[in-house]
Amino acid sequence: MTNWRFLAAAAGVAAIVFGIAAWLNIDYLFFAGYVVLQYVVLASAWNILGGYTGYMNLGVSAFFALGAYTTVALETAWKLPLPATIPAAAIVAGLVGIGMGYLTLRLKGIFFAIATLALAVVTETFITNWDYVGGSAGAYLLHPKRGPWFGSYIEYLFLLMLIVATFAVVVARAVERSWLGYGFTAIRDDETAAEATGVPTLRLKLVATGLSGALMGMAGAPLPYYVSFLEPASTFNLAYAVNTIAMAMIGGTTTWLGPLIGAVLLATVQQVATVTISSEINLMVVGVLLVGFVMLAPNGIVGLLRRRPRS
Amino acid sequence: MTITYPLLVNALIAGLLMGGFYAALSVGATVAFGLLDIVNIAHPTFAVIGAYAVLVLNRAFNIDPIICGLLLTPVFYGAGMLLYQVYHHFFERRGDDAMRGLAFFFGLMFIAEVALIMLFGVDFRYVHAPYITTTWNFGDIALPLRLAVPFAGSVLMLAALELFLRKTFVGRAIVAVAQDPFALRLVAVSPVRIKRIAFGIACASAALAGAFIIVIEPLQPAVGREFIGRVFAICVFGGLGSLPGTLVAAVSLGLVENLSTIFIGASWSPAVAFGLLLATLAWRPSGLFGRS
Repeated sequence: MTNWRFLAAAAGVAAIVFGIAAWLNIDYLFFAGYVVLQYVVLASAWNILGGYTGYMNLGVSAFFALGAYTTVALETAWKLPLPATIPAAAIVAGLVGIGMGYLTLRLKGIFFAIATLALAVVTETFITNWDYVGGSAGAYLLHPKRGPWFGSYIEYLFLLMLIVATFAVVVARAVERSWLGYGFTAIRDDETAAEATGVPTLRLKLVATGLSGALMGMAGAPLPYYVSFLEPASTFNLAYAVNTIAMAMIGGTTTWLGPLIGAVLLATVQQVATVTISSEINLMVVGVLLVGFVMLAPNGIVGLLRRRPRS
Repeated sequence: MTITYPLLVNALIAGLLMGGFYAALSVGATVAFGLLDIVNIAHPTFAVIGAYAVLVLNRAFNIDPIICGLLLTPVFYGAGMLLYQVYHHFFERRGDDAMRGLAFFFGLMFIAEVALIMLFGVDFRYVHAPYITTTWNFGDIALPLRLAVPFAGSVLMLAALELFLRKTFVGRAIVAVAQDPFALRLVAVSPVRIKRIAFGIACASAALAGAFIIVIEPLQPAVGREFIGRVFAICVFGGLGSLPGTLVAAVSLGLVENLSTIFIGASWSPAVAFGLLLATLAWRPSGLFGRS
């Protein structure tokens, strides 16, 4: 399937999903669906760097929060609406991604992971001290009751996140099947060999960190309206990182399909568990599944599905 | 704010003492990371588990918290050996340990944290010991025993470990396994057994570090997260696997944090420490004491 056909198919699926949700018209469904879609974006974005290229980003929350705070800053300054702040968030988080890639180009594997963790703390400190976006006290962004065109505001947020998620999945798939994807895979499998055979590893890594960061920023951009009250400690929560990584790894990191399956499954389970049991059990489920999968099924659900026909 | 002489000296003392505690917390991670190539991101959380175990022992039998930490080391040593066996079986043996191993410990960290929340709740917990509330004053200069006792314990612990690594056969084998596991086989020592012992020791150190945590500050299940960044900053600064390097790096971090608190403001101090870490990683990844 070519990228354009896939885009058409993905848009079709998204339209059907939105059609069903709008027909059911339950606010809670939009509320929970938004989180699931947000994780589809985060997991797909993480996977471009973590899965294809083999660089583990533990600073997911930094890019996600940068997206959210871009919205706050643009709202405060010029009252820009969400459709304008989402691309802006992509640019800001993407640039930070490229900057991080540039700073940490010489680092391999684990050191890169530690650097991303440090980046998250540094970013959090800057945001905490930046009073214009609320600083440590936090910022209120109250949304109107109704969406701009139709339905409730949460329905509007759901639709926006659905569009972003479709975009992220299409981009992840297009990257995977292009020369970029082959370059990323070469870096993951053996960076020195890739460099020696003429793969521009340096530039490719910058593309991966920038693209991955930009998509994470887009996932974060609508967050201020979703939560109404944004403050650094919870926006930079490490739980975003463990959820995202778990979803991508449980789904399977080598294809675009893995993070999609992982995020839809795990985020749905989390939403159900939050309502039926408790919100703490969420993280427990994620931790247990992550540990179980990396031990017993290192290639994730996609790996399990692929192995069956052959054996 | 004017910076007076006693304020500066007290900040330096507090930074030095906190740094000693950071060293105790980091030493297990640096042994695992630097000598065994196991990135145990859950190490600070293991220390928090240790702190809760200390809390339980202290409440039940009214034993001094640091003695409790010592009593717990054999349990943590055993648990660490077991954990290494699991890690070895599922990751090291397959050869693709780095990323998945990290994800494994990342997952363990959250499991442990939630388990602690379910067992103890999210309230802050304290222990009682006579020295926790005592401060020795020398004129304007204060020496809080709450920090000084863990500092002394930490330095003793690092010195004992350093002696062990330098003087005993097993200790030397642990250092050797990092450099050349094959050579170890030639003298009929199993690298896996040595690594198991080393990881056990790394985890045992978390029990003592946990006792120090609960002496220094009120305890809460998620407190381990605050330390992950610091611990790995110290591992990298200290040059991975070098114990004197770890102590110097930890004390420097404590001092930098405290000085930036009084000169720039408390809310900026994390950025100073981690900005330094990022800069080190970018320009000198082998650390200050590492072999480049």
